Order: sequence, then C-alpha cells, then structure tokens
Amino acid sequence: MTAAISVRNLSKTYATGFSALKDVNLDVRRGEIFALLGPNGAGKTTLISTICGIVRPTAGTVEVCGHDISKNYRAARSSIGLVPQELTTDAFETPWNTVAFSRGLFGKPANPAHIEDLLKRLSLWDKKDTQIRRLSGGMKRRVMIAKALSHEPTVVFLDEPSAGVDVALRTSMWEQIRELRATGVTIILTTHYLEEAEEIADRIGVIRKGELILTEDKTDLMKKLGKKELVIDLYEAMNSTPPSLAPYAPALHADGRQIVFTYDDRNGGIPQLLAALNASNIRYKDLSTRQSSLEDIFIHLVGQP
Amino acid sequence: MNHRAIGAIFNFEINRARRTIGQSIISPVLSTILYFIVFGAAIGGRIDAIEGVSYGAFIVPGLIMQTVLAQSISLASFAIYFPRFSGTIYELLSAPVSFAEVVTGYVGAAAVKALTIGLIILATSFFFVPIEILHPFWMLAFLFLTCITFCLLGFIIGIWADGFEQLQMIPLLVITPLSFLGGSFYSIKMLPEFWQNVSLLNPVVYLVSAFRWSFYGTADVAVGISLAVILAFLCISLAVIAWIFKTGYRLRN
Repeated sequence: MTAAISVRNLSKTYATGFSALKDVNLDVRRGEIFALLGPNGAGKTTLISTICGIVRPTAGTVEVCGHDISKNYRAARSSIGLVPQELTTDAFETPWNTVAFSRGLFGKPANPAHIEDLLKRLSLWDKKDTQIRRLSGGMKRRVMIAKALSHEPTVVFLDEPSAGVDVALRTSMWEQIRELRATGVTIILTTHYLEEAEEIADRIGVIRKGELILTEDKTDLMKKLGKKELVIDLYEAMNSTPPSLAPYAPALHADGRQIVFTYDDRNGGIPQLLAALNASNIRYKDLSTRQSSLEDIFIHLVGQP
Repeated sequence: MNHRAIGAIFNFEINRARRTIGQSIISPVLSTILYFIVFGAAIGGRIDAIEGVSYGAFIVPGLIMQTVLAQSISLASFAIYFPRFSGTIYELLSAPVSFAEVVTGYVGAAAVKALTIGLIILATSFFFVPIEILHPFWMLAFLFLTCITFCLLGFIIGIWADGFEQLQMIPLLVITPLSFLGGSFYSIKMLPEFWQNVSLLNPVVYLVSAFRWSFYGTADVAVGISLAVILAFLCISLAVIAWIFKTGYRLRN
C-alpha cells in the first residue's frame, strides 16, 4: 500500500534567501497519527503548506495517497483536509454555509446529512445558523475542523489544533482525533503541547531549522532517548557513594539525602539496584521512579523547549 | 473541470450580496438615480439637447456605464481581496481547483452583480427621462463585456492590493477621474480638438460612446473601434491574470 504522504528531497527557499525546508524526506503511513514537532520557525507550517499546495517547493516531490501534488493536484488535494493554525473564518457566514461552501469547493455534491452529522459530532449543531463572529474561539476552531472534514478527506492536517483552547476542549479534541483515526483517516499534526503528541501520536517527527532530524515510533523514541530514574530517599545523609555502587553511576542530591540512579533494562533495572543498595548496607526510607517525558526528549534534541 | 467549486464560489458571493443588499445593490442604484433626478429631470430641461437627444436622456448610458464600471471593479476586487485579508484564502489555494475556475467563480459572480445593478438603473431611468434603445442586443452585449472586463481588472487589483488603501487607490485616483472625463455628461465632440485627441487616450470614452450608440445611434467614436478597444482591454486583463496564476504572484509563496 502506498504511503499517505511521501515527501522526497523537499526544499523550500523563499525569495528572501531563507531556507525553510532543507532536503526533507518523510513517509507518513496510512491510518496513523503523526506528530510533527519543532520550535517556532523550524519549518513545520511550511512543510504542511507545501504538501497542501499553498507554498510552492523549490525542489523535491510530494505525493499524497500516490498522487503527485504538482502533476495530479486535483486528486492529491481532494484527499486532504487542512485545519490551519490561525482562526481564519468567514466571520459573517454561518457554520452551515461555510462548511457547505468547503464541500462544494472540493468538488463534492451537496450532502446535508453529512454536514448535519459533522456539526453534531463537533457540538456545533445548535450554532449552525449563528454568524461565526459570534462564536467562541473554541467553537471557531471546531468550525474549521468541520470545514476540513466536509469533503471526507483521507488525510487531515491539524496545524496546532489545541492552540488557544482550554484543557477540557483539548481533551475532547484528542478524543475526536482518535475517533477520526478509527475511521481510517491519516492525521498529521503539529503542536507545541508535547503532552499532546505524547498522548495521541503514533509516530513523531522532529524538525529543526528546516531539517527533519528524526522520525520515530513514539514508544521506540521514548524507550531509546527517554531516561528512567530511581530516586532513593536516605535515612542519613552521605558525603559520597560507596565504591560498590560505582557501576550504577549514582548521583547524590538534596545535600546527600538522595541517591539518583539512571537505569534501563540493560543494567538490570530496579531489582538489581536495590540489591546493590542492600549489599552496601545503605538504609533508605522511601523510593520513587520517574521517566523523562517527550518534552525532555524534545529539549534534548532541539536544544530548546 | 471542478464545476461544483465554481458553483460554490459563485453562490457564496451571490449570498454575500444578498446579505448586504443595501451596500451591494441599493446604494449604487440610488446614487445613480439621484443623478437622473438632478441632471435629468431638474437641470436637464434647461440644457440644450445634444445631437438631437435631450440632456436628461443623453447622460443615461454614460451614467449606467460609469456605475457599472466602478461597481465591477469594486465588487471583484473586494471579493478576492477579503479572503486574502482574512486569511481564508488558504482554503482556495489548497482546494482541487484551477485558477481559471477560481476566476470564473469570483468574476462571474461580480459580473452578475454589476450587470444586475446596470439593469436596475436602466429600468429605473425610464421613470425619469425619455429613453429609447435602438440596438438592444448591442446594448446588452456592451454592458456584459464591460462587466466582465472590469471585473477582471478588479480581480487584478484585489490580488495586487496589499491593504485597503491600495484597494481603493486605483478606483478613486484613476478610474473615477477617467469615468468623469469619459464623456458621460458631454459629447467629446464638444471639446476643443486637442482635448478631443487627449480624450481618445481614455478607455472609458470608448465604453460610453459605444453604449450610447446602442441607445441613440450616435457615437463619439466609431462603434467598431470601441468594440476593438474593449476586446483589447479584455485580452490584456486575461493575459495579466494568466501571468498572476502562472507565477503565483501575491498568492503562493
């Protein structure tokens, strides 16, 4: 089966000379949720805009569901639904009209039942005839999602979908994204909320200064680059750790009242560390573990949050 | 061809006109009717007939043409500028539509609105001044051509403009003077020879002259030349739009 998105050697240099994308290669599998992470100005929106046809690439090719975005732009774009970062809506239109417009624009015959279903699923049905300018920010965001889904796309781009929405709405949006994926739709999202990527993405891509520096399965990424730490609270403070613990590279914290071990499955994990502590006659009153988040990994990769 | 997209754009624009009917239709019609009342019914009776046509009736074709021209530019330029301004242009650029389809939708809707305004003004003028239309087919043809041509020009302005000030600049600083000096209120034959020749550089002269000919059979410029000039202007507008689409000027980075 062809990839949902296939990007090959994609570069974009603007007229100002700024290189927003540098030789990007990327495959997004059908039916997955792919999160594209990167600091501001890294090239996330340029990459999405290029795939969607808004920005012209300087070099390289892009295929959407096997259709080249230049040679077969109609088929390629028909497969795509885009929710841009900015809340750009027709302020004086109603949700019903603007969603119906989007469906027509993408060449689909009128289907009031589909639009009704969309608006109901996105909790917009009771606002269907209200001018969009009178809706809240969260509702406007949902109108934009409804527009993007109006033509039943198989690939959906969500550029910062949770920007400016409250926690409750964000959680409900994650649920909607999962529901969408369950219907076979491929989802590519960019986000600043790393817990969002951690929560819903199957795979992660990290872009920095126009270069895609990593694409990895989320679980593998967290296993590979994530750290697990065992924190031991001691009864008595120590000035230094005994030589018998040296193979486990302990670190003293909290004025010697805490020992922190970084561990993984290769060095035997928690049982072996505790056995080493007992063998050294070190008494402890409590222990806890912590695991680095995607945010820690991201900061490690790009050097900034 | 994505005919549904053309229909969607067209209907969207027509609905917008319905929603803002006072501003889109009634306002330009009312302004022009005031000219009929003042220059036709009130003052017109004291002004001599021009080329055998009463002054009130003489100015009707020019006034219609002047309004249609201004409205064509204004409606089409705003139609494409507003999505650029509000950011909703992203949807047009990412949709499976060709630029030709985008132009057909926007220019078609603007032209229909401008044509409607012209026909309403024409129908209303019968109440104020005695009108006859010798060549109804050509009258409609010139009106239609003017709507299409100047909607295309408006579309170009809407793409070019980088702010509301620029959007208004050409209509106010170029089109308005040209249309007032285009022979709407007088025959250019009434001018000294030098100014007659200068007037021939004004494209609006050809529009007004041809349109007035379709009413009364008299023209400042031969009808064939006027038709050729209008068609040439149409071709130039189409060529500029083709270039915009090819290069993505002000649309795609």
